[in-house]
Order: sequence, then structure tokens, then C-alpha cells
Amino acid sequence: MNKFIKNTVVLLLIIICATAIYALKADDTVLADADNAGLKLPTGFGALNVANIGAKARHIAVTPQGDIYVKLAKPKEGKGIIVLHQNSNGKAIVTGGFGNYGGTGMYIKDGYMYASSNTEIFRYKLNPQNKIIDQEHPETIVTGLKAGRQHETKSLVLDNNGNIYVNIGAPLSACQVQDRGLHSPGIPGCPLLDSAGGIWQFKANRLNQTYKDGVRYATGLRNIVGLDWNQQDDQLFVMQHGRDNLNSSWPELFSTKESAELPAECMYALKKGDNAGWPFMFYNQITHKKIVSPEYGGDGKKEADSKYLEPTAAYPGHMAPNGLLFYTGKMFPERYRNGAFIAFHGSWNRAPEPQKGYCIVFQPFKNGKPAGDWEMFAEGFAGVDEVKSPSQAQHRPCGLALGADGSLYVTDDVKGNIYRIIYIPK
Amino acid sequence: MKRLLILLLLIIPVYLNAQVKKTKAAAPGTTASIARGQKVYLQYCLSCHQIDGGGVPNMNPPLIKTSYVQGDKVRLIKVVLNGFAQNVEIDGESYSNNMPPQAMLKDQEIADVLTYIRNSFTNKGAAIITAEVKAVRAKNKK
Repeated sequence: MNKFIKNTVVLLLIIICATAIYALKADDTVLADADNAGLKLPTGFGALNVANIGAKARHIAVTPQGDIYVKLAKPKEGKGIIVLHQNSNGKAIVTGGFGNYGGTGMYIKDGYMYASSNTEIFRYKLNPQNKIIDQEHPETIVTGLKAGRQHETKSLVLDNNGNIYVNIGAPLSACQVQDRGLHSPGIPGCPLLDSAGGIWQFKANRLNQTYKDGVRYATGLRNIVGLDWNQQDDQLFVMQHGRDNLNSSWPELFSTKESAELPAECMYALKKGDNAGWPFMFYNQITHKKIVSPEYGGDGKKEADSKYLEPTAAYPGHMAPNGLLFYTGKMFPERYRNGAFIAFHGSWNRAPEPQKGYCIVFQPFKNGKPAGDWEMFAEGFAGVDEVKSPSQAQHRPCGLALGADGSLYVTDDVKGNIYRIIYIPK
Repeated sequence: MKRLLILLLLIIPVYLNAQVKKTKAAAPGTTASIARGQKVYLQYCLSCHQIDGGGVPNMNPPLIKTSYVQGDKVRLIKVVLNGFAQNVEIDGESYSNNMPPQAMLKDQEIADVLTYIRNSFTNKGAAIITAEVKAVRAKNKK
């Protein structure tokens, strides 16, 4: 009897230990959710929903220590930046929040976390563990930037020489006298370009800069949300949100179908002084031509001045590229290395055509230039087969970030999912 | 495109009929106004406010059960005549895109389209008649 109990206890202990070891081991492995968090991915990839933060999650930064910083479009309970920490299995819990301002920009570089409101850029010093030393007293790097009702967000990125690049979106869709109006002409010369509709460059370490301290680095860019620094080219790449309303403003020149496809959402590789041509022209990705805007004397076919910057790549209209990330990680297969992931937030101005976007695409690159057509990478965010009306979308991808292990992180600014896409070698 | 248009043309009258049936009180004149208003909606409103009246989150306000659509007629008529570019919250959400004035629409077109949206997308609101639009437009002139 005694021996039986002893044996049973030993057996139970063995089972418990084995279970614990197994559980511990399982817990140490980042596993995709059984349903890949609702996403459809290429073979070999998986996804997990790291956390849901119940807020409009815009751009994101992830540290090697497993902390995640998320910028919110609007503060939630007075906190515009949410901090999460991931367990070893990849799931995360909210560990804090700070910064009572909404916005989009978020980027970590050289020991600082940079974040933007819609008019200012702040930075927070990080300790060696990449935790913010003083959440309540950031340095104000740039102040007094213009913000219209639309295109008000200030996406940002840094180069390797201590410069910060910030989008200042145009407050109008096509610089018309009557924004989005029927047959409304362009404002002559579109003078708002002196302080908006472009990328501005500031010093990353100088406090309280205003317009006079910055440089209009590139102009003729209607609105940029997704941007990244390409390390191979050592150059700034941006994704433009193209103009809307070609049909509703100029029904005689553009059918609803043409207006859904045009203009292209363009990728530009920028150099100082570039002019991408908004609002005077738009890019037709079907004919590969720069076309004079109808507001500035165009008839839908007349070609624009060749001085305007040629896009690096062009994508279907209105898909709203909100995130751009050059993949420098090592987890994904070799062909993804240095290529671009683009988070398309999803269209609205394609109606009555079905909407498009609500996905992440991959643009292959070779030697710092696009090589071949873009391909679908992650679909299924919207949760419906076809989005007819944007409010049907359950989730919309917005920000992208690279994890230290090469995972790709994606935010959702409808309900606040934080996705992590991983590659699972066979 | 053609297929979609056909689909729209098929779906909308069915949807519309369902709406009209629900609001039994709709007078014959209102029913005709709703039908005309639907055409105006498809041409001038749909690209922003969408086929289901759902609008575009953060950009173009929805037309579903909002106080703007179901409430004061004069305020609603003025939105169409003057456009809308104010920072207001509707049900706790803000919307960024500017609505251009639609004053080029005839009084009857405005009455019809507003009667349509007030009796679509699960909304229930009294019809707006041409004379009401005419009166607001007259006072609206500077």
C-alpha cells in the first residue's frame, strides 16, 4: 500500500514536471494563432494577434527587449502613446501609457523615441533597455507645424545623419478654390505649398524648431503617411496618398470607373529639392504618364511638364498607403530582404466600384530599386470578402514595424489590434 | 462596373421598398420623392457617404441615425446648400473631409435627396418639400 502511494506520487511528480517543462517550452515559442489572427498570408507565414488595445493605433515601434510603443490617433483616457510588453510567447499586455496628444508619427533612432502630434514633434530619451526615462517631460523638437482639417497627421522618420523628416500634408484634396467642388478650378500657383504639401527636414537634436529652422526637403506631395529611410540607398522613400474626386469634380472627363483607378498611389524616392507635382499633375499608372490636373488646364490626357518627379513605383488609386517598411530583418526568406512592405489602409473614393486595399503588399527590390510587380502579402484585415463601404471593415492596417527577430508588426486603427507576422521554416 | 451598376439598380429599389413599407404613413408624393432622391444620391452623394450611408470613418460622416440627418430640417438643408467644413463631433467621432456646397442642385432635387436619406439607411424622418428648400435658400442668400 505504502509502496503504491509512493509510486503514485513519483509518477504524478514526473507527469507534473513533464507538463511544466512542456508548457514552459511552449511558452517560449512565438506561435501563430490557429486562425492566423484572421489574416491570409503566403505559405510559410503565420500571424498572431499580440494584443488588442481598443483604440485607433497608428504608427508603432518595437524594441529588442519586447516593448511596443503605439501612437494613437486620439488619446485614450489621456494617453496618446500606449506601452505594451510581450511575453516570450509573443502575446502582450498593456504596461503603461503617456503623452496626452493624438497623432500618427512614431520612430525610434539612436537612443530616442520620436513621436508627433498633428503640429509638433517630441522626443523621449531611452535608457539602455530602451525604456523611456521621463515620460512626462519630452523635448520639443519642432513646433508650430500647420495642420488642416484633413491630412493633418505628421508622419516622421530619421536618416543616419541626425536629420528628421516630417510630412506636412496639404489641407485640400486638389488645391481647388472650392475643395472637392464640382468644376472648381485650381487656386493659381497653389500658394499653400510654401508651408504644406511636402516633406520638411529638421535637425533631430535641436529644440523648439519652427518652419524657419527647417528645410522644405521635397514639395508637390499631397499627403504622406507611410515613409521609411532606405538604408541601401541611404535615401528617403515616401508613399503619396493621391488626390480624390476626379469623377465627382469632373464627371465629363472621368468615368466613375476611371476615377476609381486613378490617380496612382505613388512611391517616390526623394532627394532634396524634388517636386512631385501635386496639385498641378497626377500620375496615371495605366498609361505610365504624368497628366495635367483638370483644375490646372488638363483634359484627362494632356501630359504634364517632364520636370516633375517620376514615381519609383505606382499602385492602384485610393488604396491609402499608411505604412512603409523596408525589410532588413533576417526571419523572412531571402527574397524579402530590403524589399518594401506597404500597409494599404483601404479606399473610400472608389465608390460605386468596390473598395480596394485593406491589405499589406510586398514590393520586391533589387539593389535599392523596385524589381518586378508588387504582390499581395497579407489580406483579411477587413473581415469581409469585399468591402463595399469602408465602415464595413472590422480592421484596417496602418503602421508597420520590424521586430528584432525579423517579425513584422502591424497596427489596426479601427479596433486596435496589434498583429505580428512571423515566418515558420519547415 | 456594369455588373455593379446593375446590382445597385436591383438592390436599391428592393431596399427602398422595404424602407417605404416600414414607414406606412409615407404619402404617395413622398414615395415618388424618395425614388427621385435616390438618383440624386447616387450621382452626387454616394462617392463620399457610400452606398449604405455609412460614410467613411474619420473622414466623411455617416448618414445613419445621426441628429444632423434626422433632426432639424433647416440645418440639414443648409448643409447641402453651403457644404460642411466644421470641426464637430458626431456620436463622439470627428470627420476631417470638407463637403463642398451642392447649391447647384435644384430645390426639388435637394428636397428629394434629403427625403431619401431621411427614409433610408434605417432612418425615419419627415419628408422635406421643395417649398422648404426654397425658403431656406432665399434666406441663405447674402
